[in-house]
Amino acid sequence: MSKMLQPDELIKDIQETPSLMTGKAPAKDWMDTPAEFKPGNWAYSAKTKATDALGMPNSRDWSPADEDWKLPEDWKEIISNGFRERLDKFRSFKVFMDICVRCGACADKCHFFLGSGDPKNMPVLRAELLRSIYRNDYTIAGKLLKKFAGARPLTMDVVKEWFLYFFQCTECRRCYVFCPYGNETAEITMLARELLNLVGININWIMDPVANCNRTGNHLGIEPHTFKRVIETLCEDIKDITGVTINPPFNKKGAEILFITPSGDVFADPGVYTMMGYLMLFEHIGLDYTLSTYASEGGNFGLFTSNEIMKKLNGKMYHEAERLGVKWILGGECGHMWRVVNQYMDTMNGPADFLEEPVSPITGTKFENAKSTKMVHIMEFTADLIKHNKLKLDPSRNDHLNVTFHDSCNPARAMGLLDEPRYVINSVCNNFHEMPENTIREQTYCCGAGSGLNTEEIMDVRMRGALPRASALKYVEEKHDVNMLACVCAIDRATLLALTQYWTPDVEVAGVTEMVANALVMEGENEVRDMDLREEPYLGVEED
Amino acid sequence: MKLVDRFAERKPEIVREWIRKTMEAYPAESLAVLNRNKDRFANPLSYTISENIDLLFQEFLKGIDPETTTPILDKIVRVRAVQDMAPSQGLSFIFDLKGVLRKLFEKETEVTDLAREFLIIEKSIDQLALFAFDIYVSCKEKLYQIRANENKNQTHMLIRRVNEMDKQNEAR
Repeated sequence: MSKMLQPDELIKDIQETPSLMTGKAPAKDWMDTPAEFKPGNWAYSAKTKATDALGMPNSRDWSPADEDWKLPEDWKEIISNGFRERLDKFRSFKVFMDICVRCGACADKCHFFLGSGDPKNMPVLRAELLRSIYRNDYTIAGKLLKKFAGARPLTMDVVKEWFLYFFQCTECRRCYVFCPYGNETAEITMLARELLNLVGININWIMDPVANCNRTGNHLGIEPHTFKRVIETLCEDIKDITGVTINPPFNKKGAEILFITPSGDVFADPGVYTMMGYLMLFEHIGLDYTLSTYASEGGNFGLFTSNEIMKKLNGKMYHEAERLGVKWILGGECGHMWRVVNQYMDTMNGPADFLEEPVSPITGTKFENAKSTKMVHIMEFTADLIKHNKLKLDPSRNDHLNVTFHDSCNPARAMGLLDEPRYVINSVCNNFHEMPENTIREQTYCCGAGSGLNTEEIMDVRMRGALPRASALKYVEEKHDVNMLACVCAIDRATLLALTQYWTPDVEVAGVTEMVANALVMEGENEVRDMDLREEPYLGVEED
Repeated sequence: MKLVDRFAERKPEIVREWIRKTMEAYPAESLAVLNRNKDRFANPLSYTISENIDLLFQEFLKGIDPETTTPILDKIVRVRAVQDMAPSQGLSFIFDLKGVLRKLFEKETEVTDLAREFLIIEKSIDQLALFAFDIYVSCKEKLYQIRANENKNQTHMLIRRVNEMDKQNEAR
């Protein structure tokens, strides 16, 4: 029991120390502060159903909350060999381990650091969690000087710390933009997760979609007939709202174009409105395309697991394109699908020589940027259609929306898709307002839940990571009455919805193609088109 | 001169100290970075705390009014509610104001009057804490609600499909 303080001591205590319930942080060095697992700060471990199906090593039931993580006896050797193998295989990894001078330029660029104030969320320190082991095992200075050279041995505490912090990085690559040496911190996280996977440490929100995608072609594990039926239901909605009948082709051999989008657009609210948008757009221009019930997923959670699994899931899209005999692939509004396609596909599964260099059948535009991957982004495709006056648009149909645009990390930083979405938005709606400069385009802030972290059990962590994006959004909401946050990523359409509900409850989230479809003047549409795809009345239309 | 007027005179110093105390919730390694830039968008955490502690103290001098005070408290509490700290830690910044004020005015001579006035003022501080706690709890509730919504949204079309099948079965 603590001793009773005398009044003068009590006064002094109140004055000098933080209050009794203080949140004063521990002042120990980061290496001496072990990771602490509390409900809400870690994601659920993968279920054996998923890891068994994929043949992942050390598949077992375990929980991060348990003291014993049930690792194989030789876990240290497995990780150590895996580390060495990757240093030899990926020169970039070796460079990233060696060249950081700890200048701190990245320190305050991570949304998780800015939202949590936890030093291990500074990109430099997150990488240091791995570098400290690298120094210890692979550098002379580290071997000799140990802690003085920033080295430490691999222990179970280190592995637990890796799990906590490499699953608190969304691989958004904002820190990389500011690094004078071009250290790709996202790839450090990717490789750390690969090492963890070697001993069976992974999370269910990633492994379950990977296993499903491997089995049925999409994250939810939906089988072909259900996939088809759901899209037909969306066509019935389009008919009810606009009067236009659409019968989309499925698995049509010899179609000119294969369209692939994340399954989130097919199944999740509000992604489904974007899906309706694609269907209406293709109908409007009479595109010769097909959907596939096998390549029914653009997303690739292999990117968050290992390079081997990423390659396998990406390969599926190209196999299907080959099987159907299409000329090229058109890709929907997805985030990380585009990182995989733009940065890794070409050396992983490419070049896709069995396809043709993409040419828009409507405008004749050659998409030279997609010469090798043969895959065109829907925003490039749509912007080109608008530029050539191929769409009949009535932007006033979006007058009930005050729109701002969230650059999704991957299209923005991994493929430089910055102006096309803005051009499209400005063509289909009259009220567009940018968020502040240091929060958009290359400097965009993450939604807080990319890279497989959009799972509900870590909602607190996600909302911390969402703070920087939300601060900018709040600003445009206050200044311009923004009520719609547009984006070109299916994960964003799910995660930003949680973000807005917490930080800016009056702002909704939409895909850009949803707004395109709202503005489309379709042949055969109802004489009076009085509501948008969400069945909200257009401005000036009286509600019953 | 009333104590509140003297607080008003020394406002910048009080606010500065209150912000410093509040930021002590974050490790020193982080503070070195968080303190170097208070841009609203580049460093929303430091900005939110500094800006709103200042506004909160102005409210405090004016007299606390739920209408105007609560939205300011909301800004700070909404951030603390998602950070890795206990609710009491999240709200300790309110009580830190007591220590800040006492420390600055401990050498005052009119002890009796001072003590009486402190009692009244401290009541206001406690009131702030209670308002803040209400917001805190509502934030937590909101998180649970969002989690539930998200589950529903992810399977939106599947649930619709199941319902349609049920209807078809009933019609048979």
